Amino acid sequence: MPAAKAQALVQGLVMIDADPAADLAVLERLTLWALSQYSPVVAMDPPDGIIMDTEGADHLQGGEELMLSGLVNRLRGRGLAARAAIAETWGAAHAIARTTSRETVIVPRGETARAVNRLPLSSLRLPAETVASLRTLGFATVGDLAAIPRAPLTLRFGPEVGRRLDQMFGRVAEPIDPIRPVDLVEVQKSFAEPIGAPETIEKYVSRLVRQLCLELVKRGLGVRRADLIVHRVDNTIQALRAGTAKPVRDIAWLTKLFRDRIERIEPGFGIEKLSLAAIIAEPLIEAQSASSLIEEQVTDVTPLIDVLGNRGGQRSFRVAPVASDVPERSVQRIAPTAAEDGATWPLNWPRPPRLLARPEPIEVIALLPDHPPVSFTWRGKRRRVKRADGPERIFGEWWKRSSEWVAVRDYFVVEDDVGERFWIFRAGDGVDAETGSHKWFLHGMFA
Amino acid sequence: MTAVVATSNAVLDELREKIASLEGAGSRKRSVLPFGVPELDAQLPGGGLAFGALHEVAGGGNGAVDGAAAALFIGGIAARTTGKVVWCLTRFDLFFPALAQVGLHPDRVIFVECDKEETVLASFEEALRYGGLGAVVAELVRLPMTASRRLQLAAEKSGTLGLVIRRWRRQTEASDFGMPTAAASRWRISVLPSEPLPVQGVGRARWLAELMRVRAGEGGEFIIGACDGQGRIRLSSDTADRPDQTDRSFAVS
Repeated sequence: MPAAKAQALVQGLVMIDADPAADLAVLERLTLWALSQYSPVVAMDPPDGIIMDTEGADHLQGGEELMLSGLVNRLRGRGLAARAAIAETWGAAHAIARTTSRETVIVPRGETARAVNRLPLSSLRLPAETVASLRTLGFATVGDLAAIPRAPLTLRFGPEVGRRLDQMFGRVAEPIDPIRPVDLVEVQKSFAEPIGAPETIEKYVSRLVRQLCLELVKRGLGVRRADLIVHRVDNTIQALRAGTAKPVRDIAWLTKLFRDRIERIEPGFGIEKLSLAAIIAEPLIEAQSASSLIEEQVTDVTPLIDVLGNRGGQRSFRVAPVASDVPERSVQRIAPTAAEDGATWPLNWPRPPRLLARPEPIEVIALLPDHPPVSFTWRGKRRRVKRADGPERIFGEWWKRSSEWVAVRDYFVVEDDVGERFWIFRAGDGVDAETGSHKWFLHGMFA
Repeated sequence: MTAVVATSNAVLDELREKIASLEGAGSRKRSVLPFGVPELDAQLPGGGLAFGALHEVAGGGNGAVDGAAAALFIGGIAARTTGKVVWCLTRFDLFFPALAQVGLHPDRVIFVECDKEETVLASFEEALRYGGLGAVVAELVRLPMTASRRLQLAAEKSGTLGLVIRRWRRQTEASDFGMPTAAASRWRISVLPSEPLPVQGVGRARWLAELMRVRAGEGGEFIIGACDGQGRIRLSSDTADRPDQTDRSFAVS
């Protein structure tokens, strides 16, 4: 649309000249940020995109879905509307991210062909005139183009069309040339003869780690995030990323983080280059660990947390008290390395060691309003209550939810014939129906 | 007569030392964590739970499924150690305030929640090998012989106390607990009716602690009072039959 027409349509339209150079500079800054946050292999996809190889890096963000939604949310927080897609190839991810109406898309493995079939031709990264002439010929989607013989296409439009199609479907490799900031601490090793044996890889990885640590000592830095990038002879790149909970310059510690995962490297026909980079490095000052002989030596568990955290398939955390009387809200999970403030729960009320995720309804014979049950049936088994303690009344948190304005729970500790102890409660105070349904629930098992 | 006894003891000691050095246990820590209950400690070689070894605990009856008593028993043991505690599990249903009540501070415990049983074993072993931790706890359904031997060796090497809570999905599956493992001791903690109070209410919980198997020792059964605020247990007054001791726990030595 010409500018004059737009001005006629919208009153008070503000016009700003396009500035491709500044756009590119901002994109580069964003790319460097993504490199430090998300993946070891990140490159600009000008004019408006960033491409990342996230294989082997998503576990640090809690999986692909969380990583993607987190990325979009963080960009939105900076005032940038973004759409993100994960697919098996650069071509497919590029096309889907630019055509989808959803914010995040993940294409499952092996479904690339199905996902890109209906996309328009303009998403193929072809010159505009080629796209226009293909449209004239009656092609509308990628699927149309992929279905016809290749030779006539090549004859008329040159090899570019076929190359882009192959890249999208993953028939031709399209390595990503990763962006590197200028002050990056990086060490690398090229091999005259490709290597492939796990022992050899391990040997060179530990050598690289030693070199990197020497470099870091010179600059007084410690690693927070390190990337091992594996260049294979068939021009593909694999990357391993390891994160640490605090700056590290310890050779054994860093080596261990990578050694655990060397088996995940597929050497294929051989590896011709290994490079190790400290993507995030922070100042690290050596501190004395033990100050005297008498003082009790406290073992630092951060290396263990790092090893467990980098392995995937597990989460480590600590628990901390929350000032809430409602049992299920009184515990929160915090990072294992969070500061230790010595806070604990009030210890004067009995609490069961196991708490059910959801209170389970039980059938009860009990005298209202404040007597413990005489017997109750839980999971099909009837138990006679021999001894009981209670009630311990817990009020709803009306300052959190208006539905808890008058809610009450009366907790009892009950013990049956054989000595099994349970934590049960009645929703409501036993008098006023507004305080709860007066149904009974079992919430936990005492020892 | 006494002289004869003394010499025989000296010979025995010498033999024991020789055997220990043959076992290649030079680096192994010989220390133990006593319960502070003389009757119980007498059944354990060295007078307590051995550091650098694996100990299995399961619940009896319904406890085989919920593992509540086992968790509290182990929480009490972990509370009496020093240093961090790593607790590996697949399903987090612990209610930590109860563990805080037996003296285990939340700052000391790092939980590792795993997707699979195998990951629990791997994390457990990693933590046992790390060394310098007070105790490492794992909640497991299956503990095959091979895995338990690996874990036992890892614990021996670092001298860490390894504690396993065995819990099953169904009570019938708990027969698996009869299978041999390389653990140094095996316990079953079942709940008993609480200590009677002069008034209505639930008194201090009582457990039947069965020491089913212990390496180089004999098993036994004890009726114990549940862990107190410092994680200490005591013999329940019924079996101890000593009215002067009903009101106090034994101090840790």
